[in-house]
Amino acid sequence: MKRMMTRPEKFSIYWKQFLRECDNFGYGSLGIVALVSVFTGAVITIQTIYNLSNPLIPMYSVGIVARDSIILEFSPTIICVVLAGKIGSNITSEIGTMRVTEQIDALEIMGINSSAYLALPKIIAAVFIFPFIILLSAFLGISGGYLAGTLTGKISSADFIYGLQYNFIPYNVQFALIKSFVFAFIITSVASYHGFHTKGGALEVGKSSTYSVVYSSILILIGDYMLTQLLLV
Amino acid sequence: MIELKHISKNFGERKILSDISSVFEKGKVNLVIGGSGSGKTVLMKCMIGLLEVDEGEILYDNRNFSSLDFSERTPFRKEIGMVFQGGALFDSLNVEKNVMFPLSMFTNMSYEEKMERVNFCLHRVHLENVNLHQPSELSGGMKKRVAIARAIAPNPKYLFCDEPNSGLDPRTSIVIDNLIKEITMEYEITTVVNTHDMNSVLEIGDKITYLHQGKKWWEGSADDILRTNNKELNDFIFASKLAQSIKKIA
Repeated sequence: MKRMMTRPEKFSIYWKQFLRECDNFGYGSLGIVALVSVFTGAVITIQTIYNLSNPLIPMYSVGIVARDSIILEFSPTIICVVLAGKIGSNITSEIGTMRVTEQIDALEIMGINSSAYLALPKIIAAVFIFPFIILLSAFLGISGGYLAGTLTGKISSADFIYGLQYNFIPYNVQFALIKSFVFAFIITSVASYHGFHTKGGALEVGKSSTYSVVYSSILILIGDYMLTQLLLV
Repeated sequence: MIELKHISKNFGERKILSDISSVFEKGKVNLVIGGSGSGKTVLMKCMIGLLEVDEGEILYDNRNFSSLDFSERTPFRKEIGMVFQGGALFDSLNVEKNVMFPLSMFTNMSYEEKMERVNFCLHRVHLENVNLHQPSELSGGMKKRVAIARAIAPNPKYLFCDEPNSGLDPRTSIVIDNLIKEITMEYEITTVVNTHDMNSVLEIGDKITYLHQGKKWWEGSADDILRTNNKELNDFIFASKLAQSIKKIA
């Protein structure tokens, strides 16, 4: 970590790497994020409607539940666990393959700080791009819930939108963004660490990728609990 | 010139290199030979700073390399070119960008100047019209040649090659050997080659260092090697019947 935080050999090269990683993490993750968000948002809404058997509970509470569960938990945490699988394993296998094929040694011999060159742009790009992904996921999740609820006729559009607006706490969005920063750092740094410490061949690269996903998922869940305890309660 | 003074290296309790001293001269192809596990790759890794020596000194033109830390070694590293066993080309970059990489990283050359240098280096290793190919599209011999082009692009003073002929057919091996020899002489580079290819030993070796059980067992020229009575070296070099018949002729 200490070696990574050194002055770049050439800023323009690192900048290009940063932009490439932003594109890779952001644009490259849109498909899976959109798919998971829309369907999970729809499921959250339908299940909430299904469980609302008490006529004293107003229908607009479906919008409240969908909004809060998506903003507080689903988008920042579950999407980050999904991204740990997609981006984390990708980073570990990329760096791990570079390690076992001596590409990292080649960088070192050229006088390039390999950990800074390979890991730093990834970490910064993830910390920068994840909040946008999480905001998009929240929007798509709520939209998916809205469509599932209204198109099936289980809830009116007015009730759902009223629920979304009712007692809205802007701090919840800030909380989601704080979680996304932390989880972005966890995913990329754990994945890079496992990539750099890969030894052997293709089999070990696969194992490192698996460990990377497992450890970052566990750290995300622990981090989720700690951040919730610290920032919400 | 690279000078090794009493180099020792251990991995835990296991002694890998023991009291190795040698001088690798400028403008010559210096071969380090030895069986598997003899320590030649570890020695090369120590020389280029991928591993730290436990004892001894490594001097590049009388400048102590082994006592420096990573950042202090950066100026040295810019003078070093390395050809890895598998080529170690960057998978994400095409041939042109692989060769251009050290130039982009450490020089302020314009794009046109860099392209000129890249094309010159690729031409020098007899590679034409492969600029936009990805490393995965190249044959083993072509990968090695691109690796040599990348290594010589920043005009290194020292060139290291780790088993440059491994996995290549005999004809391509000769091409690679000749390239290394020509480049060494042409640019007055200090070249160190790890090999167990006997053709390389006899064809391009100006000076040969034989490692056995982590120790320098023998040192001499290609001519000397045919006449040596060193048992371990003879067992290693003349293991095949073809090599034995060459020795008889010599």
